[in-house]
Amino acid sequence: MSTMTDPPKESFKLGMLIYDTRYRSITIQIVALIGFLILAGWLINNTVHNLAVLGKPIDFGFLNDPAGYDINQRLIDYNSQNSHWRAAFVGLLNTLLVALLGCITATIVGVVVGVLRLSNNWLIARLMTIYVEIFRNVPVLLWIVFTMAILIETLPAPRDFRGENPEASMMLFDSVALTNRGVYIPEPLFSRGLGDLPILPDRASDACAVPEDGGPVSDACGVFQVSLDMLLILAVLGAGLYVSGLIRKRADRIQNETGDRPTTWHYRLGVVAIPLLIVLVLLGFHVGLPALKGFNFQGGIHLRNSLIALWLALSLYTAAFIAEIVRAGILAISKGQTEAAAALGLRPNRIMSMVILPQALRVIIPPLISQYLNLTKNSSLAIAVGYMDLTGTLMGITLNQTGRELETVLMGMLVYLSISLSISAAMNLYNQRVKLVER
Amino acid sequence: MSDTHFVRNQMVEEQDPPAATTGVAGWLRENLFSSVSNSILTLLSLAFVYWLLAQALPWIVSPTWHAESLTECREIIAELGYGGACWGIIRERWLQFMFGFYPAELYWRVVLDFLLLAVALAPVLFTNLPRKMLYFSAIYPFLMPWLLWGGTIWNPIVVALGFVIGFYAQRLLKPSIGELAATIAAFVLPIIWWLFVAGPVADALASVLPLSIQAVESRNFGGYMLSITIGVVAIALSLPIGILLALGRQSDLLIVRSLSVGFIEFIRGVPLITLLFVASTLLNIFMPPGTDFDIILRVIIMVTLFASAYMAEVIRGGLAALPRGQYEAADALGLDFWMAQRLIIMPQALKISIPGIVSTFIGVFKDTTLVSIIGLLDPLGLSRAILADSAWNGIVWEIYGFIAVMFFIFCFSMSRYSMYLERKLQTGHR
Repeated sequence: MSTMTDPPKESFKLGMLIYDTRYRSITIQIVALIGFLILAGWLINNTVHNLAVLGKPIDFGFLNDPAGYDINQRLIDYNSQNSHWRAAFVGLLNTLLVALLGCITATIVGVVVGVLRLSNNWLIARLMTIYVEIFRNVPVLLWIVFTMAILIETLPAPRDFRGENPEASMMLFDSVALTNRGVYIPEPLFSRGLGDLPILPDRASDACAVPEDGGPVSDACGVFQVSLDMLLILAVLGAGLYVSGLIRKRADRIQNETGDRPTTWHYRLGVVAIPLLIVLVLLGFHVGLPALKGFNFQGGIHLRNSLIALWLALSLYTAAFIAEIVRAGILAISKGQTEAAAALGLRPNRIMSMVILPQALRVIIPPLISQYLNLTKNSSLAIAVGYMDLTGTLMGITLNQTGRELETVLMGMLVYLSISLSISAAMNLYNQRVKLVER
Repeated sequence: MSDTHFVRNQMVEEQDPPAATTGVAGWLRENLFSSVSNSILTLLSLAFVYWLLAQALPWIVSPTWHAESLTECREIIAELGYGGACWGIIRERWLQFMFGFYPAELYWRVVLDFLLLAVALAPVLFTNLPRKMLYFSAIYPFLMPWLLWGGTIWNPIVVALGFVIGFYAQRLLKPSIGELAATIAAFVLPIIWWLFVAGPVADALASVLPLSIQAVESRNFGGYMLSITIGVVAIALSLPIGILLALGRQSDLLIVRSLSVGFIEFIRGVPLITLLFVASTLLNIFMPPGTDFDIILRVIIMVTLFASAYMAEVIRGGLAALPRGQYEAADALGLDFWMAQRLIIMPQALKISIPGIVSTFIGVFKDTTLVSIIGLLDPLGLSRAILADSAWNGIVWEIYGFIAVMFFIFCFSMSRYSMYLERKLQTGHR
């Protein structure tokens, strides 16, 4: 009977780091890491050295200095005495504004064009193809400056609106004026408004001192101010929609139990509309119309040409890509699905809403969101038409005035990066939820 | 049983289909007027097309090609009696749109460069050409910058020698020190060559045998020549870097993967314009003191990095679409990682990702217009200077229209080529 012995223990040799597949991956990773660290260290070392030579070590203190430049299109209160911080914040809000507007319009136009490209009307389908090809194959920057040129060259000047027989006239019952200085639209006003709520107020500052007559504090108080009227309206609207959803759920339940669906649309409309109307009346809601005074329009909301041009160009450009995504999504659903649904006795609109769309959306949504991301990033081209977004403020004028290239560009990149990463995080969450569960 | 039965005992004559379903009338009825709403849509679009053509055609065909200035052009238009374009400016400036401020007597170098580009690309794009032409494609990357920037011929030659050194280091050292060590040597030796040896060698050779052509500075580059240069270099370099990044992202090695993911997500998360700001203001700060390398080179570096990150994601899509069995079959055949990639995985993955790759190419080419924001004179940057010209003050549509049409031609033909390629490489049976 022989004795079983353990196999001889392999002693570790240096060569095994290279030739043994068990260790080789670790070797490669460590080499890669060391290489990366050396590269990063070299770059940082150079940067520190160069900045020391230039006499401007990394310091974010300049952001508290007065910015000294004006921003004409803005969502929150701002003047040239405010800090660079605030200018950058105004820019960020402008970026988000044009991105939001652009995403909404691009989606609407894109879906319509995408569906029409599949239309059985030959002419419509061809026209839509031409639209898509023209917009996809010309740079977005060219579209932006082109749209800006169209607005400036073709729209009438404010003075054309004057006189007995004006060359131009306002649209939509004298409420909207399209001029070469921008578009004037009505603004919502509240005669019995609740005032504004300052966010992060600095109680010690003069701006936040309550006036002696007990009126509202000045506009400059706080980082920015939220209109309480708008908050109230949104809250009432949200509550109404929630109750309306409860009514729908109850109708669904009754339909499941008895087979009959109670008529609910008037309740659902009522719970949304009636409280909203009451609140609007209580707040004394009315619209302020723009009117020609002197050489320019006064009143209303002034949308500058730069905003309009950027918005239109980005929407139409992105819409061409969204149209292709929508078309591909609808084509990706096999004909068998439609036929099977028809065989079950579903009507055409129900086939679309209950069978085709839920499946097509799974294909459409991920690339759609990456188009939203692209639109947001492309909004940085605002600098070409002078719209003061984050690139125009922080990485534009602030950079030029303070000469702090490193700090401003890095901050700007980080902001864009966090916007992008939060959008893609949201997209991943969505993907996890709608993913087909396969083996 | 009644006798009302009737059975026809000969065939009915074959009849023509109803006139309304054949020919032009049938086509119109089916495709344009199939229902009331469709008819309304058709009429509306016809009206729209008519309106557009009525506006645009007279404008486009206006005979102002030979006008020397805006006033002369206005006179011609006034005689016509309807609004027309002033094409004289395009005739006067089109050389500038093509070459920027490149010296006129050296235009031939740019033209030759792009002709040679076509020759170098041909064997890559069309597989039925002789394979020997690929040798020229390999030389071209070193020839191209020399022709554009000029200067001594020894610079591109010593740079190319670095690659030759790497190639032979791998081949000659492999028997003596093993494959991995030889690969490392093939990376390290050329880098040493470029960093420390190449410069002095080139200088020495240039002093012995001064072969050089007239040098052209980067700030004279402009127009489509600049766009094409940046676009072509970025596109050509982004494909291999993108493949490496995609493999890194798919890799099992944690550190390699996280480095790749970090790089890709960072680049894709920021707008290209911020990367161009880095190129124009920061890149020199990152380099050792005293380095001041060319603005076009800096822009090309950043655009290449940008394109590589997008390319990596496209190729990762192709890799993910390959069935697992392909990887397992490659393992079963005993192929190592690189052989499996080269012979089995990549040919299929790249084929799947062709549409994505080409749309990334188109995107990069369109994005070259962004360099106008940091002050380079690409067509859009030139247009600002031309708009400010007093002889042609007020010309906007003609210039933008011309630039747009040129870009459309380039990008549209690229997308058509990708469709051709997809059809040609289609091996599935349908």
